[in-house]
Amino acid sequence: MSLIQVTGLKKCYDDVHAVRGVDLEIAQGEIFSLLGPNGAGKTTTVEILEGFRTRDSGTVSVLGFDPQTRGHESRVWRNRIGIVLQSSADAGDLTVVETIDHFSGYYSNPRNVDEVIHSVGLVEKENALIRNLSGGQRRRLDVALGIIGNPELLFLDEPTTGFDPEARRSFWSLIQKLRSDGTTILLTTHYLDEAEALADRVAVINNGVIIEVSTPAELGGRATSQATVSWRDGETIKSERSDNPTELVAKLSSHFGGEVPELIVSRPSLEDIYLEMIGGTHE
Amino acid sequence: MSNIPSALSLGIRRGGLEIRQFARQRESVVFTLLFPVILLAIFGSVFKDTIAPGVTFSQYFLAGMIASGLVNTGFQALAITIPLERDFGALKRLRGTPMPAASYFIGKSILIFVSMVIQILLLLAFGILFFGVELPTDVNKWITFTWLVLLGSACSTALGIAFSIVPKSGRGASAVVSPIVIILQFFSGVFFVFTQLPSWMQQVAAIFPLKWLTQGMRSVFLPDSFASQEVAKSWETGKTVAILLVWLVIGIFFSVRKFKWDRD
Repeated sequence: MSLIQVTGLKKCYDDVHAVRGVDLEIAQGEIFSLLGPNGAGKTTTVEILEGFRTRDSGTVSVLGFDPQTRGHESRVWRNRIGIVLQSSADAGDLTVVETIDHFSGYYSNPRNVDEVIHSVGLVEKENALIRNLSGGQRRRLDVALGIIGNPELLFLDEPTTGFDPEARRSFWSLIQKLRSDGTTILLTTHYLDEAEALADRVAVINNGVIIEVSTPAELGGRATSQATVSWRDGETIKSERSDNPTELVAKLSSHFGGEVPELIVSRPSLEDIYLEMIGGTHE
Repeated sequence: MSNIPSALSLGIRRGGLEIRQFARQRESVVFTLLFPVILLAIFGSVFKDTIAPGVTFSQYFLAGMIASGLVNTGFQALAITIPLERDFGALKRLRGTPMPAASYFIGKSILIFVSMVIQILLLLAFGILFFGVELPTDVNKWITFTWLVLLGSACSTALGIAFSIVPKSGRGASAVVSPIVIILQFFSGVFFVFTQLPSWMQQVAAIFPLKWLTQGMRSVFLPDSFASQEVAKSWETGKTVAILLVWLVIGIFFSVRKFKWDRD
């Protein structure tokens, strides 16, 4: 069952065609990542799905609802979604627990405040004023406010910008836990390793159109692309691209009589593939 | 599943939160609430004249300060803080929740009303203690006072929310809003006796609510005999209500139709 369905979405600002015909289908329970350079139409697309912007043409259904509808129906719809925006610096004079508790009052069926604080790892900071939190802690609070309403669908916009590696890892496991609880997640990120670690499927958007939708492992023919085998031969590092890397390694192994010095077998990373896909148009 | 909380109950919750936030910003609490009292102290000490039999300038000025307190704590505070909240992304975040716009406005109204009441009490206490201001004993005057405060604060709040769409950024808001308020105070007979102002100033002031609020407050705190000293030789109570209502409707219209949650 698809939770988000978009066909022929178009949006222009003055003369700029930000989105030029986007089609998307996101299934219930998946983590779907939208990738693309700045100015590709990523933010516009997501903001239309979030109900922050209106579209020029096309159809959009999010949880069976048209996000640009206003009024009471829109409140009922917002009660079912959660949004974590890129940045916010508000309410510095409230504590973590006060803020989360207050936001929980907006929803008909919120999560337990203590559980949410625990799951984002802010237990020790729950009575700290928000203005005294570090950047990463503030980001965790943003996520807490996004999930307090127990959403069926969560929008995550660049969630780990400014995180240290350890914080990112623990954030990723939080997102994976949300997914295993049944939350569908639309993730936009600049970090390709993040998309690879979290997303079930990724879509690459550029110049206002979706170039490809695939799993991270298969994007851009990645799974079937040639592997690169490299090794040390005397003073030099040699490398060779091959469709049959195992055969090549066996050959090398017999050549060296066992261990191949500094052997590396690699396939293009998601980042390599991505940069190739958006190549030339990347600003 | 659609048993989401009502706009009113969320508005009251927001009011509580707004008050808590405000109370923790110590500098702005002191500035907002004490500044009019300080002004009263200065003007009351400098101008000790009697401007009419039984009416001192301090009394005249107190009425003006209570009226401009309604404009400062409502219009000015909101037209400056809402653009800041917008810059911080706080408004966009709220927009993404099921909380309706009405609750946000109700919350602001509660905050403004509470701070106005506190400020009026401070001004009255100060006026009584140091400047020999006497509280009216006539019940009718207190009735006038009550509707003036209610209507004035509603008007000021609605116009503050409406005007919050004008400043381009949170940082520039104060520079846009404060001069307007100060000029209005000069034109509306807060700092000077209104009838002594040039008539063009009086006519400009008569378009805006502050002039009518100050005149209304004079009708409460000055003896009825002073009415003959006003421009129209009367307190013009009916006209005051009408003009404040018109501004209230304008403020609500723009707040509801044009409110901006996001920077661009």
